[in-house]
Amino acid sequence: MNSKKIEIAVGLFVALGFAAFFMLALKVSNLISYESESGYKISASFDNIGGLRERSPVAVGGVRIGKVYSIEYDNESYEAVVTMEIEPQYNRFPTDTSAGILTAGLLGEQYIGLEPGAEEEFLTEGGKIDVTQSAIVLEEVIGQFLYSKADEKE
Amino acid sequence: MNVLDKLQKLGQSVISVFSRLGQATLFLYEILLTIPGLLLRPSLVIKQLYTTGVQTLVIILVAGCFVGMVLALQAYYVLVDFGAEDSISQMVVLTLMRELGPVMTGLLFAGRAGSALTAEIGLMKSTEQLSGMEMMAIDPMQRVMAPRILAGFLAMPLLTAVFMAVGVLGGYLVAVHGVGIFEGVYWSLAQLKVDFYTDLMNGMIKSVVFGFVIVWIAVFEGYDSVPTSEGLGQATTRTVVHSSLAVLGLDFLLTAIMFGDI
Repeated sequence: MNSKKIEIAVGLFVALGFAAFFMLALKVSNLISYESESGYKISASFDNIGGLRERSPVAVGGVRIGKVYSIEYDNESYEAVVTMEIEPQYNRFPTDTSAGILTAGLLGEQYIGLEPGAEEEFLTEGGKIDVTQSAIVLEEVIGQFLYSKADEKE
Repeated sequence: MNVLDKLQKLGQSVISVFSRLGQATLFLYEILLTIPGLLLRPSLVIKQLYTTGVQTLVIILVAGCFVGMVLALQAYYVLVDFGAEDSISQMVVLTLMRELGPVMTGLLFAGRAGSALTAEIGLMKSTEQLSGMEMMAIDPMQRVMAPRILAGFLAMPLLTAVFMAVGVLGGYLVAVHGVGIFEGVYWSLAQLKVDFYTDLMNGMIKSVVFGFVIVWIAVFEGYDSVPTSEGLGQATTRTVVHSSLAVLGLDFLLTAIMFGDI
């Protein structure tokens, strides 16, 4: 009887340990986003990607619809080529959709924001977004502001 | 002459440190050899899992909850100045997974389970239960030491996972119900930043290493203790001190290897 109680307690303990591990894996880590390899991929070229990284979110109207799959540098066009993986249920993006690199808040994480266009055809696997807007680099903005101020004085 | 005496003392202590290290390694080797035979009798391990794992669970649950809540409060205090208080969860989860989870669990485990192991084995030695077993042709390494080592090795990662999870929930309580972060923001920002392999799995690897070292020290100190009441007390103290230091030192080493780009 006593050993049965001990075994039950140990069983509960082990179950609790595994439950805690899976809760951590599923609820607070990005394990789920590793698995969703089923989306379709589209790419876009940017002059400057700022602080964008692999697995950064791709959003439309603030809603996350995919993630950045890979970032490469094109040696001929001197641009960064960002491949995005879009979840399969969001398959109605017109071919003239535009992409911009935006920042969540003033100093937050950078993500890609898509702006749907008006064409009748939709982007599919391997599609390319032509209209892009680079990341805003804070130093450049401040630099331009200072130059324009200096010009005004002269 | 006086100088020579001091030199002799220094040499003596260095030699004794290394000879104890060697003894401990041989001791561990001897135990590891008996583990395959032990797998035929899992009930011994289950009994030890109860004393090292289940009985440590309460302190782990309470400590984890408080550590998580304090982390969230302190993170809020700093982050609110930058308007970045939404990132509380990232700070809480990353700190717990990378460092505090394994290290705090290790320290608590050394204090709660390690000291008990040393005292138990030391008492077995001083009351000549171990030599009694040998007389009866029962190998105390297999019967007494190996189940304890194996149980501690299994219990530590489970306890660490519980500590992390409870800490995250404690942080959630403070962040969402205390300072008013939105619930969805808490979980989704953590998912954005926390990587399953680099953060969670590395934390679990740390906990496995710590658990192994702690039970090794605890069981060896008990086996090696001077069989008097004073010697037993000293052995228990040494277990707690040495395993705590080992946990902290190894943590630095593992952090440097895992996250340090060295």
